[in-house]
Amino acid sequence: MLIKRNANGLDIPFPSEITPRHVFEARRSFIQQLALGSIAAAAPNLLLREAFAQNGSKLPAKQNTAFVVMDKPTSYKDATSYNNFYEFGTEKDDPVRAAGSLRTRPWTVAIEGEVRKPMTLDIDSLLKLAPPEERIYRLRCVEGWSMVIPWIGYSFSEIIKRVEPTGNAKYVEFITLADRKQMPGLRSPVLEWPYVEGLRLDEASHPLTLLTLGMYGEVLPNQNGAPVRIVVPWKYGFKSAKSIVKIRFVKDQPKTAWNISAPQEYGFYSNVNPEVDHPRWSQATERRIGEDGFLTRKRKTLMFNGYSEVASLYTGMDLKKFY
Amino acid sequence: MITAKQITIAKAVLFAASLLPFARLVLFTFTDRLGANPIEFITRNTGDWTLYFLCLTLSVTPLRKLTGMHWLIRLRRMLGLFAFFYATLHFTTFLWFDHFFDIDEMLKDVVKRPFITVGFTAFVLLIPLAVTSANGMVKRLGGKRWQWLHRLVYLIAPLGILHFWWMKAGKNDFAQPILFGSIVAALLLVRLWWNVIQPRLERRRMSPAPGCGLREQRLERK
Repeated sequence: MLIKRNANGLDIPFPSEITPRHVFEARRSFIQQLALGSIAAAAPNLLLREAFAQNGSKLPAKQNTAFVVMDKPTSYKDATSYNNFYEFGTEKDDPVRAAGSLRTRPWTVAIEGEVRKPMTLDIDSLLKLAPPEERIYRLRCVEGWSMVIPWIGYSFSEIIKRVEPTGNAKYVEFITLADRKQMPGLRSPVLEWPYVEGLRLDEASHPLTLLTLGMYGEVLPNQNGAPVRIVVPWKYGFKSAKSIVKIRFVKDQPKTAWNISAPQEYGFYSNVNPEVDHPRWSQATERRIGEDGFLTRKRKTLMFNGYSEVASLYTGMDLKKFY
Repeated sequence: MITAKQITIAKAVLFAASLLPFARLVLFTFTDRLGANPIEFITRNTGDWTLYFLCLTLSVTPLRKLTGMHWLIRLRRMLGLFAFFYATLHFTTFLWFDHFFDIDEMLKDVVKRPFITVGFTAFVLLIPLAVTSANGMVKRLGGKRWQWLHRLVYLIAPLGILHFWWMKAGKNDFAQPILFGSIVAALLLVRLWWNVIQPRLERRRMSPAPGCGLREQRLERK
């Protein structure tokens, strides 16, 4: 067996070895501590956890230590059972229940618009396009909660390089599948379907912007946006479109789903910003899922979710105006 | 006729049943079944149950009128107090888990955000009703005054709906607020019909068009 070593001569761990599963699944022990001595009460909890054991196909990836935050990763169970994915329902536990109907193979992504080399890639070509890396990113939802997720993918710039945008390309539009047969949530008029998100080309080209194919050492679970999504860690979670079928390079700022639905609440940029409140709640603090709340205060939200390296993208912009 | 004993039994059953949602929350808390965001679960759940109990409280009078089961009135106070109980839990989760008992921060939030302003107002208005719920208070205030005070519920319930509506508004998710809103609207409109519109129509029928006669006389004088 070939053991790859990096420059320091250290073994590069497999994703599953980074944080032992029993550690990041043993969350919310504080709740059980409230029930100290109640062993009987803890028993059904152990049974419940079994149901959330990881069982997807493995997706081997080397960790890219340049993109790893030191925060404790969220448990696999929480990250896969508490999701906003309105195509499968508006409640947080709808996607995990309803997303089983999503067929992720065959799957193609059409990349088109202002590019010299438009292409349609199937999921296997996407997996082979660049070596997948594991990156541990913070995820901050606009609703005021956050997680820490070990994603697998590669920088979206790998795609940009290959399709060669023309001088007219100023923005990138990500379009999610909208198939009523597979997605029961589409019957509800909460958003305009298909779900469209977008980035400025320089944001999309930033190395942090991750074309994502897996998490926790496995291919993406359906409820997390299988088989391919984007992850933009310095923006609120809804900017990271899931289950993408089309990527368009365009001249004008895309009309994005949440911005159409409530422009005063969800701006095009939607950078994580503790100083710009949502009209209905403060964005100054956040509740880290599995950690904050009962016995501890919520934690302070960081500018750009802690990814200060993106600040230069917004030099001279009033981020209160362009929220 | 319903005997005093039967009323006592009904009250005991209702009391136990009304505590079930609370018992479920406690059980779920200690068995880690509140999901990934337990605080959100508790906040939503206690908010929902406040609205359920407000609706139940408001449905006692219409139900009595429609079914003739007048003994139901004797269960109303308990329903109202449970609405207050769940509202208190709801407010406590907000004060504790959202603001960690920082009253200043909490009040800032109340002033700054309309949906919280409205919810907080509804909660504060519930307090005098809970305090004056005992029989002795009815006597002390006098029946008329007591009744007027307790008509605050006609304001509290719509404020609760508005709070829920605005909370859901940003996500365009109105299915539940519409359901709750329609129920409360129906319960209030039926009172408007019985207490205001119907009596007026009745009066008009009893003495045919008195107003018209007067106006004619006045016109004649001119």
